[in-house]
Amino acid sequence: MTSRDLILGRIRAALGDTGTVAEQPLPRRYLSAHAPADDPAALLDLLHRNLTDYRALVHRCTEAELPSRIAELLAARGSRTVAVPAGLPDGWLTAAVGVEPLPDDGSLTAARLDAVDSVVTGCALAVAETGTIVLDGGPGQGRRLLSLVPDHHLCVVRAPEQVVASVPLALPRLDPARPQTWISGPSATSDIELDRVVGVHGPRTLEVLLVTV
Amino acid sequence: MRVALFATCVNDALFPATAVATVRLLERLGVTVDFPAGQTCCGQPQYNTGYRRACEPLVRRTARAFAGYDHVVTPSGSCVAMVRDNYPRIGARAATEGRGGELTDAATALAPRVIELTEFLVDVLGVEDVGAHFPYTVTYHPSCHGLRMLGLGERPLRLLRAVKGLELVELPGAEECCGFGGTFAVKNAAVSAAMAEDKLANALGTGAQVLCGADNSCLLHLGGTLRRRGDALRPLHLAEILASTEEHPWRPS
Amino acid sequence: MSDTFLGMPAFPQAAARAVRDRQLRANLRHATHTIRDKRARAVAELPDWAELRSAGKAIKDHTLRHLDRYLVQLEEAVTAAGGTVHWAADAEEANRIVAGLVHATGTTEVVKVKSMATQEIGLNEALAAEGVTAYETDLAELIVQLGEDRPSHILVPAIHRNRAEIREIFADRMASWGRPAPEGLTDSPAELAEAARLHLREKFLRAEVAVSGANFMVAETGTLVVVESEGNGRMCLTLPRTLISVVGIEKVVPTWRDLEVFLQLLPRSSTAERMNPYTSLWAGTTRGDGPSEFHLVLLDNGRTAALADQVGRQALRCIRCSACLNVCPVYERAGGHAYGSVYPGPIGAVLTPQLRGTASPVDASLPYASSLCGACYEVCPVAIDIPEVLVHLRERVAEQGGHPVERAAVAAAGYVLDHPAALAAAERLAGRTRALHPRRLPGPGRAWTDSRDLPEVPAEPFRDWWRRNRT
Repeated sequence: MTSRDLILGRIRAALGDTGTVAEQPLPRRYLSAHAPADDPAALLDLLHRNLTDYRALVHRCTEAELPSRIAELLAARGSRTVAVPAGLPDGWLTAAVGVEPLPDDGSLTAARLDAVDSVVTGCALAVAETGTIVLDGGPGQGRRLLSLVPDHHLCVVRAPEQVVASVPLALPRLDPARPQTWISGPSATSDIELDRVVGVHGPRTLEVLLVTV
Repeated sequence: MRVALFATCVNDALFPATAVATVRLLERLGVTVDFPAGQTCCGQPQYNTGYRRACEPLVRRTARAFAGYDHVVTPSGSCVAMVRDNYPRIGARAATEGRGGELTDAATALAPRVIELTEFLVDVLGVEDVGAHFPYTVTYHPSCHGLRMLGLGERPLRLLRAVKGLELVELPGAEECCGFGGTFAVKNAAVSAAMAEDKLANALGTGAQVLCGADNSCLLHLGGTLRRRGDALRPLHLAEILASTEEHPWRPS
Repeated sequence: MSDTFLGMPAFPQAAARAVRDRQLRANLRHATHTIRDKRARAVAELPDWAELRSAGKAIKDHTLRHLDRYLVQLEEAVTAAGGTVHWAADAEEANRIVAGLVHATGTTEVVKVKSMATQEIGLNEALAAEGVTAYETDLAELIVQLGEDRPSHILVPAIHRNRAEIREIFADRMASWGRPAPEGLTDSPAELAEAARLHLREKFLRAEVAVSGANFMVAETGTLVVVESEGNGRMCLTLPRTLISVVGIEKVVPTWRDLEVFLQLLPRSSTAERMNPYTSLWAGTTRGDGPSEFHLVLLDNGRTAALADQVGRQALRCIRCSACLNVCPVYERAGGHAYGSVYPGPIGAVLTPQLRGTASPVDASLPYASSLCGACYEVCPVAIDIPEVLVHLRERVAEQGGHPVERAAVAAAGYVLDHPAALAAAERLAGRTRALHPRRLPGPGRAWTDSRDLPEVPAEPFRDWWRRNRT
């Protein structure tokens, strides 16, 4: 007998007493959102607050200002090299003179990325209530290691179209077939005396640019 | 109104003053109190130590003793919790084990009629000011059963706040267990004693003269620790405070 | 479970030792109270917490009731997504499978994401015996591994250590495992975290195989979910070529949508955050992104035995948040090591005796390691009635007949309590002899009178007062 058969057999034997239990529909009486899902300005403010609360650096700008804001933020950190995921909109880095873009053609290994100053990405969506941005490897987001190894992650969120109120509203918009990383603030730990300290293995600086039209 | 008093075994044998106070308090509020002599113990110590089957005669006995009373009032939250939560479980397990529905019937008949003293005063009689007088500084320890199993909430505090002359001081960490836990106090004596120490440090820190509770089992443990340490803080059941009046003030027994 | 815990003393003895350790008690008190208050605030933010909790409970119960079906569905989905599924009936088989997979890659090192399942099966020790070194990469697990210590908490395995002790472990031990701690390391948590970052980075960059657990597995989509804070999980799940996840069979949930419940319940209960910093979700393998080989090892190791127990099976709902540890007054004073298991605290006291049985002294003592105060049940995000299961397991221990004196006492009490006249006589006798009662008891009674006086027995029981005054 294989262990698969053994385990499945043990489960069926263990559940022998439940055959007569009538199946109840799952109670889903919880809220689909705790914030007003139909008020984009309020949602954006909430996202901003919650990101800041977990020590992300948050900035706002318009679509037209985006290239210059990215350039300023990279310059402010003294970044000389920036990893560029496939499909990042062409215009985003045009103003960042003096910063060497490293387009990800599949050759950016973890070891190379370890020496890169920054990475700029877009996102799949952001969750206002929890201050979370979700990356799913789509255009402008790149492979998972791109937003992981460099110590500075600059992420662009387009509002209102990429901002949802809550986790229950986020999941239906995401494709389970794609690998996802949900990011809520920079890397942190509570392992020393259960007190939260920012900055361990992931990027120690997370900057989020909230872009409106 | 006529009610049955469920004195409980601990009060009967070790804290009769609490049961007497409950009788006097209820009578003062116009309630007629009976004490059905067939009652003994709810079975909680046996049940919580793993002797479920030993409780079955006590489920039958307790249900029989209090048959016919709409309200079975008891100054012990943990015994109410035993009847409400565990009697139905004892019945269900007996049925699963092929011993019929008799214990379930007994549990179902009894459980909804058993009521803790502060629930009875606030919810049934609708009183908070029971006309008591108690000129001491008091801090209140809500037992785990009262707090979490029964959800007594503010009831005991509202009753205490209405007592003339009483100064109520908040107990820090009130929601934490005192460490009694029935046979836990003996089986894990070191942890139990450490929990009592912390509870009493909080209570002594309030400067209160009286440590009030609504469960004498907690007070047995805390009081025993206080006496061993020689501290002056006096443990006292809520019923004895509520029974105290200017004409018949509480006196240390 | 791991050999490390064999031969442990019973809980009361180990706890009594811990209670006397002032440093340990101070560390635990500080840490548990910090997180306790934060959790309460994080939960209070959600007005529908009770509804989320009942949904979480119902989803888990439903899954357990159809566990065979959901595991088969999960297997199909993971396989379709490019992964390979293995089934392990016990710890020994799981360890053999993982060791075989590591050997097949030709490497002798693996990096590990913190995982309760791999601790439970003693994977690191089993791999070491096969010549493979497993590097723990979670900060707290690193502290435990470097300190040759044992974990004492589910979420924060080094909770028993304060910052000064951690600094000492890093300064003394890092060099023998790889990059030494920086010169002049202080005990500031930020510096300690930085030291861990530097120490582990070289290991992440060269690792070819990673071993993880998972918080959830989605049957419908084949998705695995790892919830973490530091980014060590992302490193392990993303950089190596081969990923092996060892996951208990009870971690499956039916649908993608079900995650909307658990991704709200877990972070707030666990680290008291609205959302933990990083959550990784993946199904099988993705071309060009992350590991090219993915193995899922489904672990039974006693879970089906727990499933067979009608009262005890609710413990399989556990999502390992550790909220019950953080509010437990017994855990706070006894510490995690006294539980003799990788699962300490209230959940450990109901899980360990079900996974390992109640034969050994420590396992038989665990169901009694609680005052039944109910704080654990109150905070449990999937509403496991831990006190109910504890009492149920006490029955199992009592039935195996280890406590002859107690059994005799219960039998004697049973007679007296079913005969009110005998009870009254006993009470009167106690009242008449009260001047003779000693202040301290010999034998088993000492456990009471070591720290407490006996109550003064009243002159007459209530029954007699009633007879004199009201009849």
